[in-house]
Amino acid sequence: MGGEKVSEAMSELRPAPWITRDSSFFWEAAKRCELVAQRCTDCGKLRQPPRPMCPFCNSVEREEQMLSGQGTVYTWVMPRYPAIPGFEDGRIVVVINLAEGIRMVSNLCDIAYEDVTREMSVEVFFEEVQDGFKIPLFRPASA
Amino acid sequence: MAHPLDKVAIAGIGSTEFSKNSGRSEMQLAAECVKAALDDAGLTPADVDGMVTFTIDNNEDVALVRNLGVKELSYSSRIPHGGGGSGGSIVHAAGAIAAGLADTVVVWRAMNERSEYRFGQATNPGAVAPGGGATGMEWAVPWGAATPACWQSMFSHRYMTEYGVTNEDLAHISVLMRKHAVNNPNAFGYQSPITIDDHQNSRWIIEPVLRLLDCCQESDGGQAFVLTSLERARDLQQAPVRITAGAQSVPYPIDAITNFYQDDFTDMLSTIGMAKQLYERSGVGPADIQVAMLYDHFSPIILQHLEGWGFCAKGEAMDFVKDGHCELDGSLPVNPNGGLIGEAYIHGLNSAAEGVRQIRGTAINQIANVEHVAFSSGMTGLIFGHG
Repeated sequence: MGGEKVSEAMSELRPAPWITRDSSFFWEAAKRCELVAQRCTDCGKLRQPPRPMCPFCNSVEREEQMLSGQGTVYTWVMPRYPAIPGFEDGRIVVVINLAEGIRMVSNLCDIAYEDVTREMSVEVFFEEVQDGFKIPLFRPASA
Repeated sequence: MAHPLDKVAIAGIGSTEFSKNSGRSEMQLAAECVKAALDDAGLTPADVDGMVTFTIDNNEDVALVRNLGVKELSYSSRIPHGGGGSGGSIVHAAGAIAAGLADTVVVWRAMNERSEYRFGQATNPGAVAPGGGATGMEWAVPWGAATPACWQSMFSHRYMTEYGVTNEDLAHISVLMRKHAVNNPNAFGYQSPITIDDHQNSRWIIEPVLRLLDCCQESDGGQAFVLTSLERARDLQQAPVRITAGAQSVPYPIDAITNFYQDDFTDMLSTIGMAKQLYERSGVGPADIQVAMLYDHFSPIILQHLEGWGFCAKGEAMDFVKDGHCELDGSLPVNPNGGLIGEAYIHGLNSAAEGVRQIRGTAINQIANVEHVAFSSGMTGLIFGHG
Protein backbone atom coordinates (compact mmCIF):
# COMPACT_ATOMS: atom_id res chain seq x y z
CA MET A 1 0.00 0.00 0.00
CA GLY A 2 2.64 2.47 1.10
CA GLY A 3 4.84 1.67 -1.88
CA GLU A 4 1.98 2.20 -4.29
CA LYS A 5 1.25 5.55 -2.77
CA VAL A 6 4.86 6.68 -3.11
CA SER A 7 5.11 5.66 -6.76
CA GLU A 8 1.84 7.39 -7.52
CA ALA A 9 3.10 10.55 -5.86
CA MET A 10 6.36 10.40 -7.80
CA SER A 11 4.61 10.01 -11.14
CA GLU A 12 2.23 12.83 -10.35
CA LEU A 13 4.53 15.81 -10.29
CA ARG A 14 2.82 19.16 -10.39
CA PRO A 15 2.12 20.59 -13.84
CA ALA A 16 4.85 22.76 -15.33
CA PRO A 17 4.37 26.49 -14.83
CA TRP A 18 2.95 28.64 -17.54
CA ILE A 19 5.85 30.21 -19.39
CA THR A 20 5.42 33.53 -21.17
CA ARG A 21 7.92 35.88 -22.80
CA ASP A 22 7.64 38.15 -19.74
CA SER A 23 7.94 35.42 -17.11
CA SER A 24 10.48 32.94 -18.47
CA PHE A 25 13.45 34.49 -16.60
CA PHE A 26 11.75 33.71 -13.27
CA TRP A 27 11.29 30.05 -14.13
CA GLU A 28 14.77 29.68 -15.64
CA ALA A 29 16.22 31.04 -12.37
CA ALA A 30 14.02 28.65 -10.41
CA LYS A 31 15.59 25.74 -12.31
CA ARG A 32 18.87 26.87 -10.68
CA CYS A 33 17.09 27.06 -7.29
CA GLU A 34 17.28 30.85 -7.34
CA LEU A 35 14.39 33.08 -6.36
CA VAL A 36 14.60 36.26 -8.42
CA ALA A 37 12.49 39.32 -9.18
CA GLN A 38 12.63 42.04 -11.77
CA ARG A 39 14.44 45.23 -10.85
CA CYS A 40 14.13 48.40 -12.88
CA THR A 41 17.64 49.49 -13.86
CA ASP A 42 16.50 53.13 -14.15
CA CYS A 43 14.69 53.76 -10.84
CA GLY A 44 15.91 50.67 -9.02
CA LYS A 45 12.53 49.48 -7.77
CA LEU A 46 11.56 45.81 -7.59
CA ARG A 47 8.31 44.49 -9.01
CA GLN A 48 6.38 41.22 -8.81
CA PRO A 49 4.65 39.69 -10.72
CA PRO A 50 6.92 40.36 -13.69
CA ARG A 51 5.87 42.82 -16.36
CA PRO A 52 7.75 44.50 -19.20
CA MET A 53 7.41 48.13 -18.00
CA CYS A 54 8.24 49.66 -14.63
CA PRO A 55 5.01 51.10 -13.17
CA PHE A 56 6.99 53.67 -11.18
CA CYS A 57 9.10 55.28 -13.94
CA ASN A 58 7.88 53.58 -17.15
CA SER A 59 11.30 52.29 -18.08
CA VAL A 60 11.48 49.00 -19.95
CA GLU A 61 15.10 48.47 -18.86
CA ARG A 62 15.30 45.75 -16.23
CA GLU A 63 17.44 43.05 -14.69
CA GLU A 64 17.02 40.05 -12.44
CA GLN A 65 17.75 40.51 -8.79
CA MET A 66 18.42 37.54 -6.57
CA LEU A 67 16.17 37.60 -3.51
CA SER A 68 16.99 36.45 0.01
CA GLY A 69 14.21 33.86 -0.01
CA GLN A 70 13.10 35.14 3.39
CA GLY A 71 9.61 36.39 4.06
CA THR A 72 6.54 36.33 6.28
CA VAL A 73 3.06 34.85 5.91
CA TYR A 74 0.46 37.47 5.02
CA THR A 75 -2.56 35.18 4.46
CA TRP A 76 -3.13 31.46 4.01
CA VAL A 77 -5.82 28.88 3.16
CA MET A 78 -6.11 25.13 2.59
CA PRO A 79 -7.99 24.25 -0.62
CA ARG A 80 -10.21 21.17 -0.17
CA TYR A 81 -12.27 21.06 -3.35
CA PRO A 82 -11.93 20.37 -6.20
CA ALA A 83 -9.01 17.94 -6.30
CA ILE A 84 -6.38 19.05 -8.82
CA PRO A 85 -4.13 16.49 -10.53
CA GLY A 86 -0.56 16.80 -9.28
CA PHE A 87 -1.48 18.68 -6.12
CA GLU A 88 -1.84 17.06 -2.71
CA ASP A 89 -4.98 17.57 -0.68
CA GLY A 90 -4.07 19.53 2.42
CA ARG A 91 -1.54 21.80 0.70
CA ILE A 92 -1.41 25.24 2.27
CA VAL A 93 -1.63 28.18 -0.14
CA VAL A 94 0.02 31.33 1.17
CA VAL A 95 0.62 34.91 0.15
CA ILE A 96 4.16 35.77 1.25
CA ASN A 97 5.48 39.23 2.04
CA LEU A 98 9.04 38.83 0.82
CA ALA A 99 11.79 40.57 2.79
CA GLU A 100 12.50 42.79 -0.23
CA GLY A 101 9.00 44.33 -0.06
CA ILE A 102 7.22 42.42 -2.81
CA ARG A 103 4.56 39.73 -2.75
CA MET A 104 4.19 36.25 -4.13
CA VAL A 105 1.78 33.33 -3.92
CA SER A 106 3.29 30.01 -2.90
CA ASN A 107 2.77 26.99 -0.67
CA LEU A 108 3.82 26.63 2.94
CA CYS A 109 5.23 23.16 3.62
CA ASP A 110 6.68 21.18 6.55
CA ILE A 111 4.13 22.56 9.01
CA ALA A 112 0.71 21.53 10.28
CA TYR A 113 -2.05 23.79 9.09
CA GLU A 114 -3.11 24.51 12.68
CA ASP A 115 0.34 25.91 13.43
CA VAL A 116 0.36 28.58 10.72
CA THR A 117 0.19 32.12 12.09
CA ARG A 118 0.08 35.61 10.69
CA GLU A 119 3.47 37.11 9.98
CA MET A 120 5.37 33.90 10.77
CA SER A 121 8.86 33.82 9.24
CA VAL A 122 9.40 31.52 6.29
CA GLU A 123 12.16 30.66 3.83
CA VAL A 124 12.19 29.42 0.26
CA PHE A 125 13.11 25.99 -1.10
CA PHE A 126 12.57 24.43 -4.51
CA GLU A 127 10.73 21.34 -5.71
CA GLU A 128 10.76 19.60 -9.07
CA VAL A 129 7.65 19.82 -11.23
CA GLN A 130 6.91 18.47 -14.71
CA ASP A 131 9.04 19.16 -17.81
CA GLY A 132 12.22 19.80 -15.83
CA PHE A 133 11.01 22.94 -14.10
CA LYS A 134 11.28 23.72 -10.39
CA ILE A 135 8.89 25.74 -8.28
CA PRO A 136 9.68 27.93 -5.26
CA LEU A 137 7.93 26.78 -2.08
CA PHE A 138 8.28 27.98 1.50
CA ARG A 139 8.77 26.37 4.92
CA PRO A 140 9.16 27.79 8.41
CA ALA A 141 12.41 29.73 8.74
CA SER A 142 15.20 27.62 10.20
CA ALA A 143 16.56 30.33 12.51
CA MET B 1 -26.11 67.86 -8.04
CA ALA B 2 -26.85 65.60 -10.99
CA HIS B 3 -24.77 62.66 -12.11
CA PRO B 4 -24.04 62.65 -15.87
CA LEU B 5 -26.06 59.44 -16.29
CA ASP B 6 -29.16 60.56 -14.42
CA LYS B 7 -31.18 61.34 -17.56
CA VAL B 8 -30.93 57.67 -18.53
CA ALA B 9 -33.30 54.96 -17.34
CA ILE B 10 -33.77 51.22 -17.30
CA ALA B 11 -37.01 50.69 -19.21
CA GLY B 12 -37.14 46.90 -19.29
CA ILE B 13 -35.77 43.77 -17.63
CA GLY B 14 -36.06 40.18 -18.78
CA SER B 15 -34.58 36.80 -18.04
CA THR B 16 -34.81 33.15 -18.84
CA GLU B 17 -35.46 30.66 -16.08
CA PHE B 18 -32.42 30.02 -13.87
CA SER B 19 -31.37 26.36 -13.84
CA LYS B 20 -28.54 23.86 -13.60
CA ASN B 21 -29.09 22.70 -17.17
CA SER B 22 -30.85 25.00 -19.61
CA GLY B 23 -30.98 22.40 -22.38
CA ARG B 24 -30.32 25.01 -25.06
CA SER B 25 -27.48 27.11 -26.43
CA GLU B 26 -26.08 30.23 -24.81
CA MET B 27 -27.11 32.07 -28.00
CA GLN B 28 -30.70 31.04 -27.44
CA LEU B 29 -30.54 32.14 -23.80
CA ALA B 30 -29.19 35.55 -24.89
CA ALA B 31 -31.86 36.02 -27.55
CA GLU B 32 -34.65 34.94 -25.19
CA CYS B 33 -33.65 37.20 -22.30
CA VAL B 34 -33.16 40.25 -24.53
CA LYS B 35 -36.55 39.65 -26.20
CA ALA B 36 -38.13 39.32 -22.75
CA ALA B 37 -36.59 42.64 -21.65
CA LEU B 38 -37.84 44.37 -24.81
CA ASP B 39 -41.33 42.93 -24.26
CA ASP B 40 -41.21 44.19 -20.68
CA ALA B 41 -40.38 47.70 -21.93
CA GLY B 42 -42.96 47.62 -24.70
CA LEU B 43 -40.24 47.89 -27.36
CA THR B 44 -39.21 45.67 -30.27
CA PRO B 45 -35.82 44.60 -31.70
CA ALA B 46 -36.30 47.29 -34.37
CA ASP B 47 -35.86 49.89 -31.61
CA VAL B 48 -32.45 48.54 -30.51
CA ASP B 49 -29.34 50.36 -31.70
CA GLY B 50 -26.81 49.43 -29.00
CA MET B 51 -25.57 46.27 -27.30
CA VAL B 52 -23.35 45.71 -24.27
CA THR B 53 -22.17 42.55 -22.54
CA PHE B 54 -19.17 41.11 -20.70
CA THR B 55 -15.88 40.40 -22.50
CA ILE B 56 -16.26 36.77 -21.44
CA ASP B 57 -19.83 36.31 -22.71
CA ASN B 58 -19.58 33.71 -25.48
CA ASN B 59 -22.24 35.32 -27.68
CA GLU B 60 -21.30 37.81 -30.39
CA ASP B 61 -23.50 40.87 -30.72
CA VAL B 62 -23.70 40.41 -34.49
CA ALA B 63 -25.12 36.95 -33.91
CA LEU B 64 -27.66 38.37 -31.50
CA VAL B 65 -28.56 40.94 -34.17
CA ARG B 66 -29.25 38.11 -36.61
CA ASN B 67 -31.45 36.29 -34.10
CA LEU B 68 -33.47 39.30 -33.03
CA GLY B 69 -33.66 41.03 -36.39
CA VAL B 70 -32.12 44.24 -35.08
CA LYS B 71 -31.94 46.72 -37.98
CA GLU B 72 -28.72 48.64 -37.32
CA LEU B 73 -26.32 48.79 -34.40
CA SER B 74 -24.68 52.13 -33.77
CA TYR B 75 -22.96 51.09 -30.53
CA SER B 76 -21.28 47.93 -29.23
CA SER B 77 -19.28 47.58 -26.04
CA ARG B 78 -17.95 44.92 -23.71
CA ILE B 79 -16.65 45.25 -20.19
CA PRO B 80 -13.81 43.22 -18.59
CA HIS B 81 -13.28 42.39 -14.87
CA GLY B 82 -15.46 39.24 -14.90
CA GLY B 83 -18.38 39.56 -12.49
CA GLY B 84 -16.71 42.64 -11.02
CA GLY B 85 -17.70 44.34 -14.25
CA SER B 86 -21.36 43.35 -14.19
CA GLY B 87 -22.52 46.77 -13.02
CA GLY B 88 -20.22 48.30 -15.60
CA SER B 89 -22.20 46.72 -18.43
CA ILE B 90 -25.15 48.90 -17.43
CA VAL B 91 -22.87 51.90 -16.93
CA HIS B 92 -21.50 51.50 -20.48
CA ALA B 93 -25.03 51.34 -21.90
CA ALA B 94 -26.11 54.42 -19.96
CA GLY B 95 -22.97 56.28 -21.01
CA ALA B 96 -23.65 55.63 -24.68
CA ILE B 97 -27.17 57.00 -24.33
CA ALA B 98 -26.04 60.05 -22.33
CA ALA B 99 -23.44 60.77 -25.00
CA GLY B 100 -25.99 60.49 -27.79
CA LEU B 101 -24.27 57.52 -29.42
CA ALA B 102 -27.36 55.31 -29.19
CA ASP B 103 -31.02 55.60 -28.21
CA THR B 104 -31.95 52.10 -27.04
CA VAL B 105 -29.23 49.85 -25.66
CA VAL B 106 -29.65 46.27 -24.50
CA VAL B 107 -27.37 44.70 -21.90
CA TRP B 108 -27.17 40.95 -21.50
CA ARG B 109 -25.29 38.11 -19.85
CA ALA B 110 -26.19 34.59 -20.96
CA MET B 111 -24.33 31.46 -19.97
CA ASN B 112 -24.48 27.74 -19.42
CA GLU B 113 -22.08 28.16 -16.53
CA ARG B 114 -23.25 24.96 -14.84
CA SER B 115 -24.07 22.54 -17.64
CA GLU B 116 -21.28 23.40 -20.15
CA TYR B 117 -18.42 24.69 -17.99
CA ARG B 118 -18.00 25.62 -14.35
CA PHE B 119 -16.11 28.59 -12.97
CA GLY B 120 -15.76 26.57 -9.75
CA GLN B 121 -13.57 23.90 -11.34
CA ALA B 122 -9.81 24.29 -11.52
CA THR B 123 -8.36 26.64 -14.10
CA ASN B 124 -5.93 24.94 -16.45
CA PRO B 125 -2.59 26.73 -16.70
CA GLY B 126 -2.26 28.42 -20.06
CA ALA B 127 -5.90 27.87 -20.97
CA VAL B 128 -7.22 31.25 -19.92
CA ALA B 129 -8.25 33.59 -22.70
CA PRO B 130 -7.60 37.30 -22.22
CA GLY B 131 -10.53 39.50 -21.32
CA GLY B 132 -11.62 37.83 -18.11
CA GLY B 133 -10.18 40.63 -16.07
CA ALA B 134 -7.73 38.56 -14.04
CA THR B 135 -4.06 38.77 -14.94
CA GLY B 136 -2.57 37.02 -11.94
CA MET B 137 -3.55 33.42 -12.64
CA GLU B 138 -0.11 32.37 -13.90
CA TRP B 139 1.26 33.48 -10.50
CA ALA B 140 -1.30 31.48 -8.49
CA VAL B 141 -2.34 28.34 -10.42
CA PRO B 142 1.15 26.69 -10.31
CA TRP B 143 0.77 26.53 -6.51
CA GLY B 144 -2.62 24.84 -6.65
CA ALA B 145 -4.54 28.08 -6.12
CA ALA B 146 -6.74 27.47 -9.12
CA THR B 147 -10.36 28.44 -8.43
CA PRO B 148 -12.25 31.66 -7.74
CA ALA B 149 -13.17 30.21 -4.33
CA CYS B 150 -9.47 29.82 -3.49
CA TRP B 151 -8.47 33.27 -4.73
CA GLN B 152 -11.32 34.95 -2.86
CA SER B 153 -10.50 33.02 0.31
CA MET B 154 -6.84 34.08 0.22
CA PHE B 155 -8.06 37.69 0.13
CA SER B 156 -10.83 37.29 2.71
CA HIS B 157 -8.83 35.28 5.25
CA ARG B 158 -6.63 38.27 6.02
CA TYR B 159 -9.76 40.30 6.84
CA MET B 160 -11.08 37.43 8.95
CA THR B 161 -7.89 37.10 11.00
CA GLU B 162 -7.76 40.88 11.39
CA TYR B 163 -11.27 41.17 12.80
CA GLY B 164 -11.81 37.75 14.37
CA VAL B 165 -14.44 36.58 11.87
CA THR B 166 -14.83 32.80 11.61
CA ASN B 167 -16.57 30.55 9.12
CA GLU B 168 -19.29 30.00 11.71
CA ASP B 169 -19.88 33.76 11.66
CA LEU B 170 -20.14 33.68 7.86
CA ALA B 171 -22.93 31.11 8.23
CA HIS B 172 -25.19 33.99 9.25
CA ILE B 173 -24.76 35.52 5.80
CA SER B 174 -25.62 32.32 3.91
CA VAL B 175 -28.58 31.59 6.19
CA LEU B 176 -29.89 35.11 5.55
CA MET B 177 -29.51 34.87 1.76
CA ARG B 178 -31.32 31.52 1.74
CA LYS B 179 -34.02 32.97 4.01
CA HIS B 180 -34.64 35.76 1.52
CA ALA B 181 -34.87 33.22 -1.32
CA VAL B 182 -37.48 31.06 0.38
CA ASN B 183 -40.52 32.63 -1.26
CA ASN B 184 -38.81 33.53 -4.56
CA PRO B 185 -39.99 30.97 -7.14
CA ASN B 186 -37.09 31.91 -9.48
CA ALA B 187 -34.54 31.01 -6.80
CA PHE B 188 -32.64 27.78 -6.23
CA GLY B 189 -33.34 28.43 -2.58
CA TYR B 190 -37.12 28.49 -3.12
CA GLN B 191 -38.82 26.84 -0.17
CA SER B 192 -35.50 25.48 1.10
CA PRO B 193 -34.09 27.53 3.96
CA ILE B 194 -30.89 26.42 5.69
CA THR B 195 -29.77 26.55 9.31
CA ILE B 196 -26.43 27.42 10.89
CA ASP B 197 -25.98 23.67 11.47
CA ASP B 198 -26.66 22.90 7.80
CA HIS B 199 -23.99 25.42 6.91
CA GLN B 200 -21.50 24.07 9.43
CA ASN B 201 -22.14 20.52 8.25
CA SER B 202 -21.54 21.35 4.58
CA ARG B 203 -18.13 20.30 3.31
CA TRP B 204 -15.13 22.54 3.18
CA ILE B 205 -14.33 24.07 -0.19
CA ILE B 206 -11.46 26.26 1.05
CA GLU B 207 -10.58 25.84 4.72
CA PRO B 208 -11.02 27.88 6.94
CA VAL B 209 -12.98 30.39 4.85
CA LEU B 210 -15.56 28.75 2.58
CA ARG B 211 -17.86 25.79 2.97
CA LEU B 212 -20.14 24.65 0.17
CA LEU B 213 -22.98 26.78 1.51
CA ASP B 214 -20.83 29.92 1.40
CA CYS B 215 -20.67 29.68 -2.40
CA CYS B 216 -23.06 31.04 -5.00
CA GLN B 217 -25.19 28.82 -7.21
CA GLU B 218 -23.41 27.88 -10.42
CA SER B 219 -26.17 28.49 -12.94
CA ASP B 220 -27.43 28.40 -16.50
CA GLY B 221 -29.53 31.33 -17.66
CA GLY B 222 -29.72 34.76 -19.20
CA GLN B 223 -30.53 38.20 -17.82
CA ALA B 224 -31.09 41.35 -19.88
CA PHE B 225 -31.89 45.03 -19.52
CA VAL B 226 -33.15 47.73 -21.90
CA LEU B 227 -31.91 51.27 -21.37
CA THR B 228 -33.08 54.46 -23.03
CA SER B 229 -33.40 58.14 -22.15
CA LEU B 230 -35.42 58.88 -19.04
CA GLU B 231 -37.66 61.16 -21.11
CA ARG B 232 -38.49 58.36 -23.54
CA ALA B 233 -38.78 55.75 -20.79
CA ARG B 234 -41.54 57.79 -19.17
CA ASP B 235 -43.73 57.10 -22.23
CA LEU B 236 -43.08 53.35 -22.17
CA GLN B 237 -44.76 50.44 -20.43
CA GLN B 238 -42.95 50.32 -17.09
CA ALA B 239 -42.18 52.89 -14.44
CA PRO B 240 -38.66 54.04 -15.40
CA VAL B 241 -35.75 53.29 -13.09
CA ARG B 242 -33.31 56.16 -13.12
CA ILE B 243 -29.55 55.67 -13.31
CA THR B 244 -28.97 57.99 -10.36
CA ALA B 245 -25.25 57.20 -10.59
CA GLY B 246 -22.88 54.69 -12.15
CA ALA B 247 -19.14 54.17 -11.73
CA GLN B 248 -16.09 51.97 -12.09
CA SER B 249 -13.00 52.00 -9.90
CA VAL B 250 -9.97 49.86 -10.68
CA PRO B 251 -7.19 51.27 -8.47
CA TYR B 252 -3.55 50.25 -8.93
CA PRO B 253 -2.54 47.45 -8.49
CA ILE B 254 -5.73 45.45 -8.14
CA ASP B 255 -7.03 42.59 -10.21
CA ALA B 256 -10.51 41.19 -10.69
CA ILE B 257 -9.98 38.19 -8.43
CA THR B 258 -6.35 37.06 -8.32
CA ASN B 259 -5.92 40.22 -6.29
CA PHE B 260 -2.90 39.72 -4.07
CA TYR B 261 -0.69 42.76 -4.61
CA GLN B 262 -2.42 45.62 -2.81
CA ASP B 263 -0.81 46.43 0.55
CA ASP B 264 -3.77 45.77 2.84
CA PHE B 265 -6.38 43.13 2.05
CA THR B 266 -8.77 44.48 4.70
CA ASP B 267 -9.70 47.34 2.37
CA MET B 268 -11.64 46.53 -0.80
CA LEU B 269 -10.05 49.42 -2.68
CA SER B 270 -12.19 49.09 -5.80
CA THR B 271 -15.47 49.30 -3.91
CA ILE B 272 -14.24 52.18 -1.76
CA GLY B 273 -13.22 54.09 -4.90
CA MET B 274 -16.43 53.26 -6.74
CA ALA B 275 -18.70 54.29 -3.86
CA LYS B 276 -16.78 57.54 -3.45
CA GLN B 277 -17.37 58.38 -7.12
CA LEU B 278 -21.05 57.43 -6.92
CA TYR B 279 -21.70 59.52 -3.84
CA GLU B 280 -19.68 62.55 -4.87
CA ARG B 281 -21.19 62.78 -8.34
CA SER B 282 -24.82 62.19 -7.34
CA GLY B 283 -25.15 63.84 -3.94
CA VAL B 284 -26.72 60.61 -2.66
CA GLY B 285 -25.12 59.14 0.45
CA PRO B 286 -25.28 55.80 2.23
CA ALA B 287 -28.13 57.01 4.46
CA ASP B 288 -30.24 57.69 1.33
CA ILE B 289 -30.10 54.05 0.22
CA GLN B 290 -32.81 51.65 1.39
CA VAL B 291 -31.80 48.38 -0.32
CA ALA B 292 -28.33 47.02 -1.15
CA MET B 293 -27.78 44.45 -3.89
CA LEU B 294 -24.28 43.15 -3.15
CA TYR B 295 -22.36 40.74 -5.41
CA ASP B 296 -22.21 37.66 -3.19
CA HIS B 297 -20.31 35.08 -5.22
CA PHE B 298 -18.91 34.04 -1.82
CA SER B 299 -20.30 35.00 1.58
CA PRO B 300 -17.38 36.96 3.09
CA ILE B 301 -17.32 39.49 0.27
CA ILE B 302 -20.61 40.88 1.60
CA LEU B 303 -18.64 42.24 4.56
CA GLN B 304 -16.26 44.26 2.42
CA HIS B 305 -19.07 45.56 0.20
CA LEU B 306 -20.88 46.85 3.31
CA GLU B 307 -17.75 48.60 4.53
CA GLY B 308 -16.67 49.86 1.11
CA TRP B 309 -20.02 51.60 0.61
CA GLY B 310 -19.86 53.07 4.12
CA PHE B 311 -22.98 51.26 5.32
CA CYS B 312 -21.04 50.43 8.48
CA ALA B 313 -17.59 51.18 9.87
CA LYS B 314 -14.51 49.19 8.92
CA GLY B 315 -14.26 45.91 10.80
CA GLU B 316 -17.88 46.07 11.96
CA ALA B 317 -19.69 44.43 9.06
CA MET B 318 -20.00 40.98 10.64
CA ASP B 319 -21.72 42.48 13.67
CA PHE B 320 -23.85 44.63 11.33
CA VAL B 321 -25.16 41.44 9.70
CA LYS B 322 -25.55 39.50 12.95
CA ASP B 323 -27.42 42.41 14.54
CA GLY B 324 -30.12 42.08 11.87
CA HIS B 325 -29.50 45.21 9.80
CA CYS B 326 -29.54 43.23 6.53
CA GLU B 327 -32.84 41.43 7.19
CA LEU B 328 -35.93 42.38 5.17
CA ASP B 329 -37.13 44.48 8.11
CA GLY B 330 -33.65 45.76 8.99
CA SER B 331 -32.11 49.17 8.42
CA LEU B 332 -30.49 48.05 5.13
CA PRO B 333 -32.04 44.94 3.56
CA VAL B 334 -29.36 43.12 1.51
CA ASN B 335 -30.30 41.00 -1.51
CA PRO B 336 -34.04 40.60 -0.82
CA ASN B 337 -34.28 38.05 -3.68
CA GLY B 338 -31.62 35.82 -2.09
CA GLY B 339 -28.72 37.17 -4.14
CA LEU B 340 -26.22 34.99 -5.96
CA ILE B 341 -26.12 32.54 -3.03
CA GLY B 342 -29.89 32.17 -2.73
CA GLU B 343 -31.34 32.97 -6.15
CA ALA B 344 -28.88 32.18 -8.97
CA TYR B 345 -25.53 33.25 -10.40
CA ILE B 346 -26.09 35.05 -13.68
CA HIS B 347 -22.73 36.72 -13.13
CA GLY B 348 -24.32 39.43 -10.98
CA LEU B 349 -26.92 40.79 -13.38
CA ASN B 350 -29.83 38.94 -11.75
CA SER B 351 -29.07 40.97 -8.63
CA ALA B 352 -29.20 44.18 -10.67
CA ALA B 353 -32.62 43.10 -11.95
CA GLU B 354 -33.84 42.72 -8.37
CA GLY B 355 -32.65 46.28 -7.76
CA VAL B 356 -34.86 47.43 -10.63
CA ARG B 357 -37.86 45.58 -9.18
CA GLN B 358 -37.29 47.13 -5.76
CA ILE B 359 -37.51 50.63 -7.30
CA ARG B 360 -40.56 49.66 -9.38
CA GLY B 361 -42.25 48.22 -6.30
CA THR B 362 -42.77 44.81 -7.91
CA ALA B 363 -40.34 42.57 -5.99
CA ILE B 364 -41.41 39.36 -4.27
CA ASN B 365 -39.93 40.63 -1.02
CA GLN B 366 -40.77 44.27 -1.64
CA ILE B 367 -39.19 46.70 0.81
CA ALA B 368 -41.40 49.67 1.71
CA ASN B 369 -40.56 53.22 0.62
CA VAL B 370 -37.51 52.49 -1.50
CA GLU B 371 -35.99 55.68 -2.89
CA HIS B 372 -32.57 54.38 -3.86
CA VAL B 373 -31.00 50.96 -4.42
CA ALA B 374 -27.27 50.29 -4.42
CA PHE B 375 -25.99 47.66 -6.86
CA SER B 376 -22.39 46.68 -6.13
CA SER B 377 -20.35 44.28 -8.18
CA GLY B 378 -17.14 45.37 -6.48
CA MET B 379 -15.25 47.20 -9.21
CA THR B 380 -18.36 48.65 -10.82
CA GLY B 381 -21.76 49.64 -9.51
CA LEU B 382 -24.75 51.89 -9.66
CA ILE B 383 -27.34 53.68 -7.64
CA PHE B 384 -30.87 53.27 -8.98
CA GLY B 385 -33.63 55.77 -8.27
CA HIS B 386 -37.12 56.75 -9.37
CA GLY B 387 -37.70 58.30 -12.78
